Amino acid sequence: MSMIEWLVALLAVAGSLFVLMGSVALVKLPDFYTRLHGPTKATTLGLGALVLSSMAYFNFVKGELSLQQLLIALFLFITAPITAHMLIKAALHLKLDSAEQTSGQQKADL
Amino acid sequence: MLSLKNWWPTPVRSLFLFLVWLLLNNSVALIHLFFGLLLAWLIPLLIHKFRLIQPGIKKPGVALGYGLMVLGDIIVANLQVIRLVLGPNKKLRPAFVMVPLDLTDNLAITILASTVSLTPGTVSADVLPLNAEGAEQRFLLLHVLDLADEAQLIEQVKLRYEAPLKEIF
Repeated sequence: MSMIEWLVALLAVAGSLFVLMGSVALVKLPDFYTRLHGPTKATTLGLGALVLSSMAYFNFVKGELSLQQLLIALFLFITAPITAHMLIKAALHLKLDSAEQTSGQQKADL
Repeated sequence: MLSLKNWWPTPVRSLFLFLVWLLLNNSVALIHLFFGLLLAWLIPLLIHKFRLIQPGIKKPGVALGYGLMVLGDIIVANLQVIRLVLGPNKKLRPAFVMVPLDLTDNLAITILASTVSLTPGTVSADVLPLNAEGAEQRFLLLHVLDLADEAQLIEQVKLRYEAPLKEIF
């Protein structure tokens, strides 16, 4: 395999691992608020790596100019924090229970 | 008579739309160039009247540096969050934290909130009060996955993210 193919493979595997970790966070963490951290962070970086992998593949292995994937990254970076913000606001509004060890809960009641 | 400003209200936005259109089509064929130019001209023209005027970027250099710093921080934050996620749940110290804001402009606060959500183990939950009248102090409510030191976190958010944003806008 050429260097470029190694790079493509490495980025794809790393990206998948990050997305997997984001999903593990969704299943494993104790309450809604902590679960929200997985998809906002790990998934962003994971998808970023997948996008880079795809760009490396099409531009260097296939040899055709393709920058379309940048749009995925762009829209993702704009929408991910906003989605998280809407979800956590809804959770606060509904007064969802947070894990016992959460400190500063009274601040959320304002 | 209508001036150039009426017919072509936001040149930078037009350029951005044009580039996004070409990226969407992944091609620079003549037909896409044509439609890109048409849409890049027509869309800003049609929505111009509904637009909220936002402050421009005063220091593009600082803005670029800020973007790169945030990209670096996203990688670091990810590794941290993964380590926390794989550890036992009992060791987590989740917390709500209030950060007093110096920023007053809505766009700058939005960018700060988004940055904070993408980076250091925090998700921004709310801006209080939502509509500040005059000189009222506003706060950003954060949820932190693993809080070690509240004062240190507030200082980090203020120095690392808020200070450059204050310069940019």
